[in-house]
Amino acid sequence: MSAVGNVMRRSFVPRRGGGVPVGLFVAIFAAMILIAIFAPLIAPYDPDRQNLLGRLKAPGTEARDVFYLLGSDELGRDLLSRVIYGARISLSVAILSVLLSGCVGTALGMLAGYLRGWVGIVVMRLVDIFLSIPAILLAIIMVAVLGPGFVNVVFVLALTRWPRYARVAYGQTLSVAEQPYVRLARAMGAGPGRVLFRHILPNIIAPLSVVATLEFGLMVLFEAGLSFLGLGVQPPMASWGAMLSVGRNYVSNAWWIATFPGICLFLLVLSVNLIGDRLSDYLNPKSR
Amino acid sequence: MTDAQTLEIRDLSVGIGPHDVVDGVDLSIGRGEIVALVGESGSGKSLTALALMGLLGGAVRQTGGRATLDGTALDLGDDAAMRRLRGTALAMIFQEPVASLNPLLSVGAQVAESLVVHGRATRREAWDRAVEMLREVGIPAPERRARQLPSELSGGMCQRVMIASALISEPRLLIADEPTTALDVTIQAQILHLMRRLRDETGTSVLIITHDMGVVASVADRVCVMYGGRIVEQAEVHRLFADPRHPYTKLLLATIPRMTGGHKSELFSIEGRVPDLADWPEGCRFRTRCPLADGKCAERPPLAPPGSDPGHLAACWHSDRVEDLT
Repeated sequence: MSAVGNVMRRSFVPRRGGGVPVGLFVAIFAAMILIAIFAPLIAPYDPDRQNLLGRLKAPGTEARDVFYLLGSDELGRDLLSRVIYGARISLSVAILSVLLSGCVGTALGMLAGYLRGWVGIVVMRLVDIFLSIPAILLAIIMVAVLGPGFVNVVFVLALTRWPRYARVAYGQTLSVAEQPYVRLARAMGAGPGRVLFRHILPNIIAPLSVVATLEFGLMVLFEAGLSFLGLGVQPPMASWGAMLSVGRNYVSNAWWIATFPGICLFLLVLSVNLIGDRLSDYLNPKSR
Repeated sequence: MTDAQTLEIRDLSVGIGPHDVVDGVDLSIGRGEIVALVGESGSGKSLTALALMGLLGGAVRQTGGRATLDGTALDLGDDAAMRRLRGTALAMIFQEPVASLNPLLSVGAQVAESLVVHGRATRREAWDRAVEMLREVGIPAPERRARQLPSELSGGMCQRVMIASALISEPRLLIADEPTTALDVTIQAQILHLMRRLRDETGTSVLIITHDMGVVASVADRVCVMYGGRIVEQAEVHRLFADPRHPYTKLLLATIPRMTGGHKSELFSIEGRVPDLADWPEGCRFRTRCPLADGKCAERPPLAPPGSDPGHLAACWHSDRVEDLT
């Protein structure tokens, strides 16, 4: 019991020199995931149901039997329900694009690091090219070509962000491939596939997972940015970024429309980044 | 020498860029024989072994020679063909036993690896065989140990695990590259004893690579001494220690510290140092450091029997004068 108590205290209570207690942010992140999963059970109203007589109601007001805890938007939709459903879009875009770019980037980086030669040169120069273009600009150009929408946004984000993983996977593979245990595995007849997946991948997954957490926060912001510009998911689907974009027009007389999704974005990105920071500290033996 | 040869190599050469680091090595190993390949760092002994496994890579390439395993020709350059042999007919273990095991896989899984890789057993059978093999190499409580990670085992245990992983495939030839270098002396003796015992039980031929004459004396049947990428002397082990016929071997044996010289006697060392790859002399490669060298040594001496014993070969023009060296 006291051991559990200690862990709890270490995770939640700030200590001198101990940095921000990470448990709080893990809790926020977990709560957001749960909210996204169980949105239909939690949301008080249908997020798309319009109520033109209850437009732009302030938080805590009631209009035509609907209680607007966080106010209503320009079409009289309940902002709380929309924020809850918005978590689904923001999180799923981020999760899917991190998974997709992570897999593609890791695979290419490992291949480049293992085969080296011309494969390595081609892949890593491609990485350099991608990383030299501002990512958000690249994403905007690609959405402009492919058109907006949920699937395209995920696709575009994956396409712009894979080089980050590729670069880390490349460097890690180069060093792990020289390890004696990889040589032993080859001496036992393991082919390239087995060497890569059984012996190299598990040994480089830790730094890649740190990149993935940090990228996750960035993906949330990218999606918000694209949606803010009208290039993300399309109405009536609404991510937090899209709600910010709409709310901007009403910020002088209905501050709540932009504020609540903004707070959610802020908390999500902050907690993911802090978790990523802590993870990288934890996995880096020098700073442990 | 045994009549049936497990491995025969003829004229094996390995190059890094324009330089020959292994130059025309002939080697044969009989069935159940333990042959030691001895030499300083950079003498080409490890590269000879890696070439045999088809594991050379990068800038290091095999430039010539052929090899047969039980009479069948090996295509050392054909990676797919060699991969089928690695972990079946050929097995290799390395120095640094701890670093040679994957830190994230249980030792049981790593011992079973070669059976699984080659599809020679189901996962469950392979595991059972691995546990059995761990018992065989003297690991206590193998059922429990098999589930542990390499970091939970000592260096000597890890070397036993590596030996088990090599022998589980019942190879015809086991290559051991400095298997005891990273271990302390008592563990060394145990490992060497284990290798001899397993050889006696399984009839596996062993090529052991080392720079330690003590290891040679305690485990090998026959010795090949390498210098500058060439075999300079080859003999049955007692013969080599009693009657070295190449000046390098003679001097190498003289460098072994003795308990008899009194505590003030200086340790003997061979004059000069191993030349860089690019600076190897024409003819005999040892001549720049050899006290017997003269004009004739500019011509490469053949590896030939200096005396009546056809199994004792030395590559020296002056092998009859080696005895007089001190």
